[in-house]
Amino acid sequence: MSAHGDPEDGETTAVERRSFGDVLRSFDLDARMLGMLAALVLLSVLFNAASDGLFLSARNLWNLTVQMAVVAIMATGMVLVIVSRNIDLSVGSVLGFVGMVMALLQAEVIGPALGFGHPLVWPATLAIGILLGAAIGALHGSIVAYLGVPAFVVTLGGLLAWRGAAFVVSTGRTIAPMDATFQRFGGGAGGALGGTLTWALGGLACLGIVLSLVLARRQRQRFGLQVRPRWAEATIGVVACVAVLGAVTVLNRYYLPEQLAIAYAEERGLAIPPGGLQIPVGIAYPVVIMLAVAFVMTYLASRRRFGRYVYAMGGNPDAATLGGINTKWMTVKVFIMMGVLVAIAAAVAIGRQNSGTVGLGVTAELYVIAAAVIGGTSLSGGVGTVPGALVGALVMQALQSGMVLTGLTTSQQDIVVGAVLVLAVVADAYYRRRAPA
Amino acid sequence: MSTSTDRSAPLVELRDIHVSFGGVRAVDGVTVDLFPGEVVALVGGNGAGKTTLIRTLSGARPADAGTIVVAGEPVEISNPKDAKDLGIETIYQTLALAENIDAPANVFLGRELLTTARNLDKGAMEDATRKVMGRLNPKFRNFASPVQALSGGQRQSVAIARAVHFNARVLIMDEPTAALGPAETEQVRQLIQQLKAEGLGIFLISHDIHDVYDLADRIAVLLQGKLVGVVRKSDVTIDQVLGMIILGKRPEELSAEDIASLG
Repeated sequence: MSAHGDPEDGETTAVERRSFGDVLRSFDLDARMLGMLAALVLLSVLFNAASDGLFLSARNLWNLTVQMAVVAIMATGMVLVIVSRNIDLSVGSVLGFVGMVMALLQAEVIGPALGFGHPLVWPATLAIGILLGAAIGALHGSIVAYLGVPAFVVTLGGLLAWRGAAFVVSTGRTIAPMDATFQRFGGGAGGALGGTLTWALGGLACLGIVLSLVLARRQRQRFGLQVRPRWAEATIGVVACVAVLGAVTVLNRYYLPEQLAIAYAEERGLAIPPGGLQIPVGIAYPVVIMLAVAFVMTYLASRRRFGRYVYAMGGNPDAATLGGINTKWMTVKVFIMMGVLVAIAAAVAIGRQNSGTVGLGVTAELYVIAAAVIGGTSLSGGVGTVPGALVGALVMQALQSGMVLTGLTTSQQDIVVGAVLVLAVVADAYYRRRAPA
Repeated sequence: MSTSTDRSAPLVELRDIHVSFGGVRAVDGVTVDLFPGEVVALVGGNGAGKTTLIRTLSGARPADAGTIVVAGEPVEISNPKDAKDLGIETIYQTLALAENIDAPANVFLGRELLTTARNLDKGAMEDATRKVMGRLNPKFRNFASPVQALSGGQRQSVAIARAVHFNARVLIMDEPTAALGPAETEQVRQLIQQLKAEGLGIFLISHDIHDVYDLADRIAVLLQGKLVGVVRKSDVTIDQVLGMIILGKRPEELSAEDIASLG
C-alpha cells in the first residue's frame, strides 16, 4: 500500500507548490466543463442585463428547461455516437417519423382501444415507439458496421428517407390533439411535479451525490488507492448539493398562472389569500425525463463496459478490435441506443406541441450535434461526456431564449448559433493543443 | 498454465501456414515452433511476412490455410479473443493502445473486471495495474491520465503489462524496442530474460538481427513469405544469419564470396 499510497515518494512529483492548477487537480474536476459553466454564467448575466431581468426570471428559466429537453435527450446519445467515430444525421427525421407513428397509434389504435386519457396510453405508445426507434437504429448501425458504409452516408440517406416516411404514413396530415397523457409528458397542463415533489427530487439528488462520493471513495480505499483530500471531497459535495437545491429553489419560484391557481384552489377547497395564490409548478415532466435519461446515459458511459468500449473504439478502433471487442456489434448497439433516445425525445416533442406533424424535428439533427460539440465532444472521436452534452444543450437553448428576449430576429439568431458552434470547435482545438491530457 | 510446463514439448507449432492478400502470397507455407522458456526470433526484411505470420497466431488475421497447434492440440484461432483464451498475448509494434483512456483501462481492455452488479470495477483494475506495473516499471505513476499523455517507454510498459498480466504462456513481441531509447530498450531486454526464465515462450520479431541476436535461442528467417530456415543461434554466426536474410541461402549454401558481398 505504502508503495503507491504516498505521492511524495516519486521523483516525478515536483516541489509542492499550491498553484490554482494544483488546487483544481486535487478536486479532480474537468477544466473544460468548468469553462463551459463559466461561459454559461457570463451569457446569463449579459442576457439578463439586456432583457431588464427577464432572462433570469424563474418563468424564463423554467421555460428554458422545458425547451431544451428534446434536444438534450438526443444529445446525450449523440455524444456516444460521435465518440465512437460515427455521426447520426438522421435524428431529426427519425424524430419526425417515430413521432408521427406514435401520434397515429395513440389517436387511431391505442387510444380507442384503451379509452382516451387512460394512464397506459402513454407508456404503451412509447414502448412501441422505442421498439421502432431501436429497429431503425439497428438498421442504420448494421449498414454502417457490416456493409462498411460510412455513418455519414447511411444517416444522410436516413435524413431523407425517414422524413419521406413520416409523410407517407400520415399522408401529409397533422395529427392533433394528442391524448392528455401525452400532453402531460410534454409539459402541458398538469405536466409538472409540483412544488413538494420537486423538493423531494432535489433532496434525492443530493442524497445520490453524497452517496456516490462516499462509495467511490470507499471503493478506492478498499485497494489503498489515493483519494482526494477530505476537504476537497466535502467541498465538491457541498457545491453540488447547493447547485441542485439552488436550481430547485429557482424552478419552484415559477408559480401557476392566476386562473390555473384559482382553479387549483377551488378543486381543493382552499381559500385564496389576499396577495394571490403562489403555487409552484415544479419541474416539468419532460425535464424529469431528460434528467432520468442523462443519469442513465452517464452511468452507461462511465460505469459500464458498453461505455468503456465506445470510448476505446473512438480512441483507437484497431486497439479495440485487437483487444477482443466486437466493434461491429458495438456499432450496431450505439445506433440502437441512439434510436431509443430519439423515440423518447419524439414522445416528449409530440406531447409538447400537442400534435404529430410532418415537419417535426426538421434541422433538429444540427442542434443535437451542435449541443454535443459545444458540450466538448470532439468530432474526431474518443472525447466527450454526457453531462457536457447536457450543458451544451443548455447553452444552445439559453442563447436562443436570450436572443428572443433581446429582440433578435430568427435569421440573426441563426447567424449567432452558427458562429458559436464554430467557436466551440475552435476552442476545442485550442484546448487540445494546449493540454494533450 | 498452472501445471508445470513440460519443456520438451512445443508450446506452439505453426504448420504450413499460408496467407494471401489478393494475389500476393504474404506467407507461403511457413512452419515454425516454439518451446517453453525459449525465445525464437523471427527476422527478415520489410515485406518478408513476419508480421503477417504472427497475426495468424494472435488472431488479428486468420490464416487461409495451415494448422496451429497449441500444447499438442490443433486449435482454431479466428479472432484476438481466441488467441488470448489460449494464453497467447501480443505486443503489437503500434502498441494498440486506446489513446484516450487511462492505463488500467488499456491493460484490461476487452477483459474488464466487473463488480457483482456487472459495473466496471475501476478500483480493482487500478490496483491490479499498479501491482503488475510495480514489477515492470516501478517508476510508473500515471494511472489516471489518458495514455496519450505518457512517454514512449511508459506506453510500452502499458502494452507489456496488458500482455503479461493474464498469465500468458506465449508472448509475441513485434519490434518491441524499435521506438525506444537505450535505457528503455535495456529494460525491455531484461524483462524478456525474466519472462523467459519464468517459462514463457516468446516470439520476437525484428527487421534487424542485431536487435534480437543476444536474446534469441533460435532464429527463423523469412524472405518474401517463405521460410529460409530455422537455426539454433549457437550453430551460426551473425554473418550466416545475414546471408539467410539477404540472400535467402542457408549457412551450408553460403560461399565465401557471398559473405564478402554482405560487407
